[in-house]
Amino acid sequence: MQIFNKPDYNFFRWRWLAFSVSSLIILAGIGTMWSRGGLPLGVDFSGGSIIVIRFSENVSEEDVRNAITDVDGEKIVQQYGDPAANEVLVRLPQIASEEGSILEEGANAVIAAVEAANLGAYDLLSTDIVGPVIGRDLQQKGIWATLVALAGILIYISLRFRFTFAVGAIIAVFHDILITLAFLLFFGYELSLNVVAAILTITGYSVNDSIVIFDRVRENLRSMRRDRLKLVVNTSVNQTLGRTIITSGTTSLAVLALYLFGGEVLRGFAFAMLVGVLSGTYSTVFIAAAIAIFISERRTTAHGTSASGTKKSQGKRGS
Amino acid sequence: MQTNLRWKIITILGVVALAGWSVYPPEEKIRLGLDLKGGVHMVLQVQTDDALRLETESSQERLRSILAAQNIAVTEIASDSSSRFHVEGVSAEQDAEFRRVTDVELLALFTRESGVRGRYAFELRPNMAVSLREESVRQALQTIERRVNELGVAEPIVAPHSVGGDQILVQLPGVTDVARAKEIIRSTALLEFKLVEQGPSATREALLQANGGVVPSGMEILSGVDGTVSPGGMPQNLFYMVRRVAAVSGRDLRNARPTLSENNQPAVSFSFNREGARKFGDLTGQNVGRLLAIVLDDRVYSAPRIDSRITDEGRITGTYTQQEVADLSLILRSGALPASLTYLEERTVGPTLGAASVRAGVLASLTGLTLVAFFMLVFYKLSGINAILSVGLNLLILLGFMSYLDAVMTLPGIAGFILTIGMGVDSNVLIFERIKEELASSKSPRAAVAAGFDRVFLTIVDTHVASLIAAAFLFQFGTGPIRGFATTLFFGLLANVFTAVFVSRTLFQTILSRRQVARLSI
Repeated sequence: MQIFNKPDYNFFRWRWLAFSVSSLIILAGIGTMWSRGGLPLGVDFSGGSIIVIRFSENVSEEDVRNAITDVDGEKIVQQYGDPAANEVLVRLPQIASEEGSILEEGANAVIAAVEAANLGAYDLLSTDIVGPVIGRDLQQKGIWATLVALAGILIYISLRFRFTFAVGAIIAVFHDILITLAFLLFFGYELSLNVVAAILTITGYSVNDSIVIFDRVRENLRSMRRDRLKLVVNTSVNQTLGRTIITSGTTSLAVLALYLFGGEVLRGFAFAMLVGVLSGTYSTVFIAAAIAIFISERRTTAHGTSASGTKKSQGKRGS
Repeated sequence: MQTNLRWKIITILGVVALAGWSVYPPEEKIRLGLDLKGGVHMVLQVQTDDALRLETESSQERLRSILAAQNIAVTEIASDSSSRFHVEGVSAEQDAEFRRVTDVELLALFTRESGVRGRYAFELRPNMAVSLREESVRQALQTIERRVNELGVAEPIVAPHSVGGDQILVQLPGVTDVARAKEIIRSTALLEFKLVEQGPSATREALLQANGGVVPSGMEILSGVDGTVSPGGMPQNLFYMVRRVAAVSGRDLRNARPTLSENNQPAVSFSFNREGARKFGDLTGQNVGRLLAIVLDDRVYSAPRIDSRITDEGRITGTYTQQEVADLSLILRSGALPASLTYLEERTVGPTLGAASVRAGVLASLTGLTLVAFFMLVFYKLSGINAILSVGLNLLILLGFMSYLDAVMTLPGIAGFILTIGMGVDSNVLIFERIKEELASSKSPRAAVAAGFDRVFLTIVDTHVASLIAAAFLFQFGTGPIRGFATTLFFGLLANVFTAVFVSRTLFQTILSRRQVARLSI
């Protein structure tokens, strides 16, 4: 089965439309972030407690909220997962790190209050209590891991292809990360460890897509030596379009299965992956290549040489 | 069939057998992480300041007794901070003598500053402070390890959490009574025997009043645990004024075990090692008739009268349950912590959630696999089978790697497994699309297959290296579950290079070598 029969779209022509759409989404994301006073950090990063309780009888969020009114701090009570499962999530903010205060105090108070309220038999599914030290530590580690991974990929692509391609790929990755963050904000997901893991995975995935196209560009540069880079890149995007769409399809299907059946714990992860995979495909076709061309042409005009610059890449291919 | 091809097939079968052997039986070979098995993950911080304070205080006490023995009078010896103390009132004529004594006794550990009017300050040397801190973390690790082992948890993890830092990671799979486990780990369990100087008294104020409202230097007021039986026989909460520095401590214990008190109440009996027996014998021998407070973590558990010299054994009594007595013996046996611990992070997964996560993970994996298999069959017809076989083998090799390396499967690890399914076929898609192109430029099936694989090989290497870089940093970043994810992703990618390039190609070659294929089903 063939999705496209010899596709020949001029993707480069749509670049401004693509830039505008992406910018709009990212700006809307920034707006949402601003209106909520920053990125919604989960307890992994902000510190605090999360307690998930499963009741054997039908207990509403309101019942739990009433039961724990006496517990200090700004409590958030939410339905957890499937409403039929009677699972309720209670989130407590970071307690002030005073000398002698005990980390699990809040969580213990919640459990004691639920016990006292006689809401029927219950089961503690999980408790996560994260202190300020660990939260800060993880924030730093998360940011560093992402930046260093990006730098590593940038260096690798620069070595294997050209620096301008690497820049295109990295801008596409940043684009995908921002779009994913925007959608996480729109749908009210918090940044947890799992979500950050998804974002790092998207980094690898998005670069994959770009590399497939760049590889084809490198190959085509040999046979299309007289053509302008713009045409070569556009042809390459078209030639690999089938692969791009199909891979995006299989990965999305797998992630969709995870989103639907993987359980509540992985919901945020699966959602971030789903958005990231789709955004990665879109950015590969419309953003990465366009930026690579844009930068290449700027550089070549500035240096006054011919637009193709094939010698270098040819030499590498042969080696 | 060519010999070359035969060897390729034998290699593949060998890998299948090896991976299968490594994984079988999966229930035993695949280790589940805490988030799937249930259990508790904790990060604790050792309050290393405690160790410094202990050293500073015991040095003060040593100095006090030496000065007394040598008849050097001072007006005050007191702490300024956990690593600093001062001495006041050294007279001018005894100044040289004082310096000589401290030269010998303290200057290995402390620096000395002299002030005006016979005042001296001693500060713990920075390198000593560092090694005391390191030592306290090392001791805390060993103590926690002993306690966890005595708890009887299968496959616990007790390890430093940060390199050279003061954090300790404890993972206890399958533990359901988290509160008890935490109590056992955290109890400082510093058992001390201190002579009662004044008291017991019903209130703290009464003890203070007797001393003009202040606690005399070298003394402290401790409260008893609820229901301490006073010599009068009435259970009530009492206060004791005792010497700050213990005469004998739990470090000198040899053993502790549950027993019964004379009233048939659960109690803990302990025995001393040689050093402890000597010290305890001296203490009790010289103080017959006085009260001796048995202090555990700064609470007086009981304060019996010393009837005669005791050397070998003692007993801690109180209102205990059997469970508490068993836990207390365990803690005393495993030794005191050199410093108190605070919890920085605690994550508990109940067994219900763990089991539910395993079910959800398996369901999601099977669904993902089915969807992707269906997709590949629709798009690539019979060649789709080739892709499904190579993804299947990819997963088998991945599991083989995991069990061979004793890696832990976590819930995010299952996510990595599912991603391997989705992204693993990418290489097949790349190759198949290329073969289609080559067929379109009217090459023979055999030539098209060869060209397809050759042309795409470098692309596959490039994409995999980029993803491996991301996975490696993910591993660096993550703790526990995320590491599981990074591990599956990493080995999934490695296995994929083998299956998509080598296995898939061999499958094509096998089909094409049998007969003259006019049209490839792709």
